[in-house]
Amino acid sequence: MAAVITKVKQKQIAQLIDNGKRLDGRELTEYREIKIEQGIIEKAEGSARVLLGKTEVVVGVKIETGEPFSDTPNEGVLTVNVELVPLASPGFEPGPPDESSIELARIVDRGIRESKAIDTGKLCVVPGKKVFVVFVDVYVLNHDGNLIDASALAAMAALLNAKMGKYEVEDGEVKMKSGYEPLPLRKHPITVTCAKISDKLVVDPWLEEEQVMDARISIAFDDDENICAIQKGGSGYFEPKQVFEAARVAKEKSRELRKKLNW
Amino acid sequence: MPIFLERRQLVTPGDLIAEGDYIAGENTYMENNKIYASRVGIVEYETKKMDVVALKSFYVPRMEDIVIGTITEVGFSGWTVDINSPYPALLRASDVLSRPFRPQKDDLSPVLDVGDLVVAKIVSYDRTHDPQLTVAEPGLGKITRGQILKVTPTKIPRVIGRKGSMISTIKQETGCNIILGVNGVVLITGKTLEDEQLAMMAILKIEEESHTSGLTDRITKMLKEAKTGKEEKKNE
Amino acid sequence: MNDKPEKLIDKKGLRLDGRKLDELRPVKLQVGVISNADGSAYIEHGKNKILVGVYGPREVHPKHLALPDRAVVKCRYHMAPFSVQERKSPAPSRREIELSKVIRESLEPAIFMEYYPRTMIDIFIEVLQADGGTRCASITAAALALADSGIPMRDLVVACAAGKVEDKIVLDLMDTEDKVGSADVPVALMPNLNAVTLLQMDGTLSTDEFESAVNLALEGCKQIYALQKEALRIKYVNVKEENKEEAEE
Repeated sequence: MAAVITKVKQKQIAQLIDNGKRLDGRELTEYREIKIEQGIIEKAEGSARVLLGKTEVVVGVKIETGEPFSDTPNEGVLTVNVELVPLASPGFEPGPPDESSIELARIVDRGIRESKAIDTGKLCVVPGKKVFVVFVDVYVLNHDGNLIDASALAAMAALLNAKMGKYEVEDGEVKMKSGYEPLPLRKHPITVTCAKISDKLVVDPWLEEEQVMDARISIAFDDDENICAIQKGGSGYFEPKQVFEAARVAKEKSRELRKKLNW
Repeated sequence: MPIFLERRQLVTPGDLIAEGDYIAGENTYMENNKIYASRVGIVEYETKKMDVVALKSFYVPRMEDIVIGTITEVGFSGWTVDINSPYPALLRASDVLSRPFRPQKDDLSPVLDVGDLVVAKIVSYDRTHDPQLTVAEPGLGKITRGQILKVTPTKIPRVIGRKGSMISTIKQETGCNIILGVNGVVLITGKTLEDEQLAMMAILKIEEESHTSGLTDRITKMLKEAKTGKEEKKNE
Repeated sequence: MNDKPEKLIDKKGLRLDGRKLDELRPVKLQVGVISNADGSAYIEHGKNKILVGVYGPREVHPKHLALPDRAVVKCRYHMAPFSVQERKSPAPSRREIELSKVIRESLEPAIFMEYYPRTMIDIFIEVLQADGGTRCASITAAALALADSGIPMRDLVVACAAGKVEDKIVLDLMDTEDKVGSADVPVALMPNLNAVTLLQMDGTLSTDEFESAVNLALEGCKQIYALQKEALRIKYVNVKEENKEEAEE
């Protein structure tokens, strides 16, 4: 993966966290500085760029027409893809998506899909035949840790930014009218990731912390503070009580992050 | 400070064997002063050391071990040998050839070819490189005849028996010469194919039933019955 | 096409297959079923039928993937085309790739990878028939296959899911319940170390409901763990009894 982290630094990070401190001076439950910009790609129906510390993710939303799934004939379709662009990290190689990018895409997808963030019922053009397909493409441009939260946040910001042209249906075809309306959204899921280091929970691990951590757990909350998606990752484990503690911490942090989306 | 299990009890990985001032022996590990089993097997202990006799394990090379291996590759300066281990072993040409060795000119396959069997000793091994072998000692070298059998390495002591009693019985009743590689590979050379196969059957039976008692008697019985069966056939 | 069932839980509190809310589907486990593999196991969990084979530790191919300080663990979760109602293409789907990763990460904490540097351990999972909860059943069988292979482990790993169906927290969702229900929480556990090695969730749950679901799943895990140990024990017992009979003759 990324450049090998020295054993000395590994020990340093672990020891600091054991004493409740982090190498970059943050509190254990503190996020790095977050910057969100929307509408940066005019040709996309929606877009956003998130800087989480030095981690940079751009998300573009494209809305096109397509066929619905057979078990949801009157609902629009959501599809999320992630590209770990080779320039983003020495560990990323060109080629088809590997297990990390597929996992990341499915985590982001789950948060949006399970919270029913997009009102897919309003994306039906011809029942059973034609619906709108919302493509959420996540482009990781710099990997400095916690791609999950950055990508989920950028995806949500891009969806909030997304506009569809006003349309009417004539003879089963979409005819564009003038004007735009926002993509119909119902919820704003927020994902918070905690890493386990020195038996403690640390929010928003940066790259070197990720190389030291035992495991991570990412929890997505909707606006009503229900949990809608969880993914444990990494080759380590959590004790059950740590899982519940992570849920408590993540719930609190999700409020902070959700505030950043509204302005 | 308690021992939680009795001798000869079956354990699975993660079973807690003892807690306190004990030593973690074979196929166990210690964490937070507790000793857990790390393989499926039977608990054994003398006073302080907790061991698990594993049902199945595989051979990890150790210095000085005598092993039986198969040549899998002929290279420029040596051979790659399969020693029934996660790690392939290397046998250097310079170890085998008594004269000075010239990689560009000498072809090694006439000496040892793919598929040949060797008895060798491990002369060098650590976590950073594959084990190296030597055949430059008496009793080591290319094997020209016999049958090869693979046995789970943990069962080799059972095949040997107390003070070699089991292996002597088999050798006696079958008239075979038997070399037991520490790596679980057994070489059986007998006068006839039947003798060799009988010895193989006996060893396989020991592997399957190694955890039971009365095994030596059953094996002796089996071998004697097979011999009388053979003699009856001869007299027909 | 399948119609959505009217109710998933009836007035007596019984589910579509007659189970109570906290009842497991029947589980059958067998160890050592593939002679070529170093270790293997077969599980039937409800209608799930899954086969797992383990190879290793063995040489790493390609060589550059070898790690200097530990074994590399590779895991392939794959569904047979005939395992589901609508034939599934044999090519690995994104779901199978994600599951291969999370299953691997659920088993790695149990394996003493650091004992065998520069080697590779392969775990092959083939789902022959699927009916909800395949990742959990796969993990349960894979842990047995690893133990069967003689690879040293810290603990077995056992997995079970719980979820929410019509406002009730239930144990061990089958396929219909998973599709129609409102949440699914698969959990994997190293039972002696009380360590959660897999945890996922999809659906909608309050934090209290989530806690109940996890605790229920952990209870299910402990019940299945007893069956795992039994499956390993049976390998010994069969031989012992054969010999007893011989001796009595």
